[in-house]
Formats: sequence, C-alpha cells, structure tokens
Amino acid sequence: MADTRRPLSPHLQIYKWQVQMVTSILHRATGIALAVGTLVVVWGLLSLAAGEAAFDQFKVCMGSPLGMILLIGWSWALFYHLCNGIRHLLQDTGAGYAIPQFVRSSWLSIVVSLVLVVLVWGYVLTAGGAA
Amino acid sequence: MSANAKDLRNPLKRARGFGSAQSGVGHWWTQRITAAALVLLGLWFVITVLSLAHADYAAAKAMVAKPWNALLLILFVATMFWHAVLGLQVVIEDYVHTRWKEVVLLVAIKFLAVLGALAGVLAVLRIALGV
Repeated sequence: MADTRRPLSPHLQIYKWQVQMVTSILHRATGIALAVGTLVVVWGLLSLAAGEAAFDQFKVCMGSPLGMILLIGWSWALFYHLCNGIRHLLQDTGAGYAIPQFVRSSWLSIVVSLVLVVLVWGYVLTAGGAA
Repeated sequence: MSANAKDLRNPLKRARGFGSAQSGVGHWWTQRITAAALVLLGLWFVITVLSLAHADYAAAKAMVAKPWNALLLILFVATMFWHAVLGLQVVIEDYVHTRWKEVVLLVAIKFLAVLGALAGVLAVLRIALGV
C-alpha cells in the first residue's frame, strides 16, 4: 500500500466550470443545509406541542430578518434538492446520460427550483405579510 | 502475482469482505427509496406549511391534530431523518480522512437523527392525542 504509486486525479481547480459540476456540488451542499434544517422542523413541532407562548417565540424567531433569510435559503435548498433529486432518480434508470441531455436537465433543475422559490414566496407575501 | 502464487485460496475468497463487497447496495437502495418517499411527503409538507402561512396557534395545532396530517407528519419526520443520515454518512466518508474523527461523526449524526426523529414524533403524538 505504502509504495504503490498511483496517479492522482486533478482536483477541482483544474477543471473548467460546467453546469453538470455545479448541480452535483449543489446537490451535496443543499443536502447538508437541509440536514441542519431538519432541526428547525423539529423545533417547530416541539414548540407547537409545548404551548402558545413557545410557538409564538418560534414564529418571532422565524419571522425575524435572519429567520426569513434562512427560511428563503432553506426553501430554495429544498426545491433544488427535490428537483435535482428527481433528476437523479430518473438517471438511476439509465435515462438522460447523453451529454446534451445531461446539460439540459442540469439547467432544468436550477431554473425550476428558482421558479418554485419565487412562486412560494410570492404566495406567502401576497397572502398577507410574513409568517 | 508471484507473491500470490503459493496462495491456494480462491481469488474470490481473498476479495470477499473487502472494499465495496459490503453493504453499499443496501445503503444505495434505501437512499433511493427514502428519496422517492420524500418527493411525495416533502411536497405534501410544503403545501401544508403554506396553508398555515398566516394561521394562528389554534389553527396550526388543529391542522397537525387531524389524523391523516399527524400520520403523514410522523412519516415525513422519520423518512427525513433517515434520508439525512444516509446522505451525511456518504459526505463524511468522502471527506473525513482521519479514522477516529470519521467514526465519531458517523455515530454523532446517528444519535442526533434518532433524537430528532423521536422528539418530532413525540411532539406530533402529543398534539394529535391532546396530552
């Protein structure tokens, strides 16, 4: 093991940036962000079970500027991971591996996730102020 | 090869139990199945939260207390943590190269996920059963 000299693969900075690479990295990054977000889901449920005061406190935290930024970030992470996750599930069947299709579906994941974020927050804001 | 010439064991015997000949396929399938479940449960969760965007405490609690909503929320929380652990596990295995740190992190995310999942489920049950 110690004296084998295997060729090293070049690291990230060697490659030209392409959308397929970005979608792959984002899938991991959003996955990690969403794993942290699971704690907020549990916090919300615990506060709802604990009583009105605790739930109001949760709403105030989430409705604060920092809370809103995090919520918008998490909503995009969720929609991106959802769209790109569906893309990966389809690719697991062996579909869509030709390079033009791969590039097109990469862009589709990014664009659809952004459209969903705009739609959802548009709905929240037009339905009457922040949560 | 010459080093192995005196080894009378079948090559398969030497290969078994090393590298990817372990439980990788089970992990892969479970990650996909929880992903497919989360496509449905995640969309349901987003729609449910959006319907509560400007609801007060009583309305939110009544929503969670409905039998179908409580059931789907428990499913969502359990599947979400399960999928998160599977994903984080791969990230840790890929990037943490000091063995003891890797093991500590792998155990820590499992403890946290079980704690989070049980806390979430318990909160939903308290709301649904009114205790």
